[in-house]
Amino acid sequence: MELLLNLMINGLATGMLIFLLAAGLTLIFGLMDVLNFAHGGLFAWGAYSSVWFYALTDSFVVAILGAIVTGIILGFITEKLIITPVYGNHIQQILITLGFMLVLTELLKVVFGPNQIPAKTPPYLAGSWEIGDVIIIKYRVFIIVVGFLIFGIFQYILKKTKIGLIVRAGVMNKEMVQTLGINIKNVFLYVFIAGAALAALGGALMAPYSGVIYAEMGMEFAILGFIVVVIGGMGSFPGSLLAAILVGLAGSFMAYYVPSLSLAVNMMLMAVVLIFRPQGLFKAKG
Amino acid sequence: MNTMLKVDGVHTHIGQYHILQGISFEAKEGEVSVLLGRNGAGKTTTLKTILGLTPASKGIVTFKGQDITKKPTHGIANTGIGYVPEDQGIFGALTVEENMKVAMRKEDEVTLAKQDYVLNLFPDLKKFWKKDGGHLSGGQKQMLAMARAFVGNSQLLLIDEPSKGLAPIVIEKVMEAIMDMKKHTTIVLVEQNFMMASRIGDTYTLLDDGKTVQSGLMQELIQDEQVKRKYLGIG
Repeated sequence: MELLLNLMINGLATGMLIFLLAAGLTLIFGLMDVLNFAHGGLFAWGAYSSVWFYALTDSFVVAILGAIVTGIILGFITEKLIITPVYGNHIQQILITLGFMLVLTELLKVVFGPNQIPAKTPPYLAGSWEIGDVIIIKYRVFIIVVGFLIFGIFQYILKKTKIGLIVRAGVMNKEMVQTLGINIKNVFLYVFIAGAALAALGGALMAPYSGVIYAEMGMEFAILGFIVVVIGGMGSFPGSLLAAILVGLAGSFMAYYVPSLSLAVNMMLMAVVLIFRPQGLFKAKG
Repeated sequence: MNTMLKVDGVHTHIGQYHILQGISFEAKEGEVSVLLGRNGAGKTTTLKTILGLTPASKGIVTFKGQDITKKPTHGIANTGIGYVPEDQGIFGALTVEENMKVAMRKEDEVTLAKQDYVLNLFPDLKKFWKKDGGHLSGGQKQMLAMARAFVGNSQLLLIDEPSKGLAPIVIEKVMEAIMDMKKHTTIVLVEQNFMMASRIGDTYTLLDDGKTVQSGLMQELIQDEQVKRKYLGIG
């Protein structure tokens, strides 16, 4: 029982980290029809900047906020310089965002050095709780709580605010939204920045979880993010959460029971979804 | 009556195709101006060009005396032009209420009064207020599209083929609604159904192969069997 619970918590925590990455991806794809392969780079920059801010201030809260601000700045630059010229052209988007991903990765090595960097867990989130025979690692629970909190906040924004309404409408019909007097380009920018901030937050939370950070971590997680977007349904926020949890749990259980399949399980999940429900588990509603 | 909209010698290219090759017409305040012509004559593209969705490559579009030719679509809409596309453009996963809210610039007394007006005009929308737009019938979607365009501070409505695919009884309702809305706003209507167009139109502009053939009073066109036969295939 304790094993199952631990595998579940581990899978949920990993799932939440992937969700933070995929949430931005799915919104960016759903609304802007942009395939952003640079998204993983923002995740990695979030991880590095949080570790840097944490070392500088010894405050995990400042580290998280610093990572989010880094994500916002990088998101703004990416949208304006990289994405805007290639709206509507998927091939160019793939090429230029993949190229920018490499630039972001190499820049990390230039700024922070090529070696892995250890990442500390703040003392108040380190350690574990023991409930009977079950050992629950505090930081994993923290990630799960933050993940659900972020989901709740974004769901509220999407469902209950005017900007959320516009984003959901934009996912369905961009042209119509413009004819209602809404500057869709500004909406694109806000969504991109929000997505970048979420990715950076994901990276910041990932750092203490894995204990070390490295420049290529962005690319590794970006692939998982894309798998989640496909499984969840492109443009669907709840779909991303569900798919991320599925991917996280599948990875966690497979790593324990069938380790040789632990890397393939995500691809298998995606293949099954693509065969039986190519539109994803959730229909894109935004 | 004041000229609300003036389209003057407009040309539009879509990719390599030269779709509009000189469209000119005026819409006067409080009137229903109907664009007529066969399929492919350029009626829908004319509406899209006015809105900047397929920008004009030549010519001028003015609205209330202001040149809007080069403005972006959202800027044109904000000058007071509402659009009801041929496919209605309903946000299927949003409720009727949410579809209306997206269109509202602000929720002040004037806008809410406009909303009350359209809800009285289309009681079905009130009935299905919390229902997803995608679950409405074709006629209800048409009503929602018209209501949504109307509440968005529109002084001019561009309505594209409102009768398309609707049952005769529903067409009658839509037609009555347009007649009523005409009291509050100017309308440019694209319509293939000549019976409907002739009943609600004050003026007409006949398009053929992307060019304006002639414009005039609808009553004159009704009498002109030769033009109707040649350009509309009726009579």
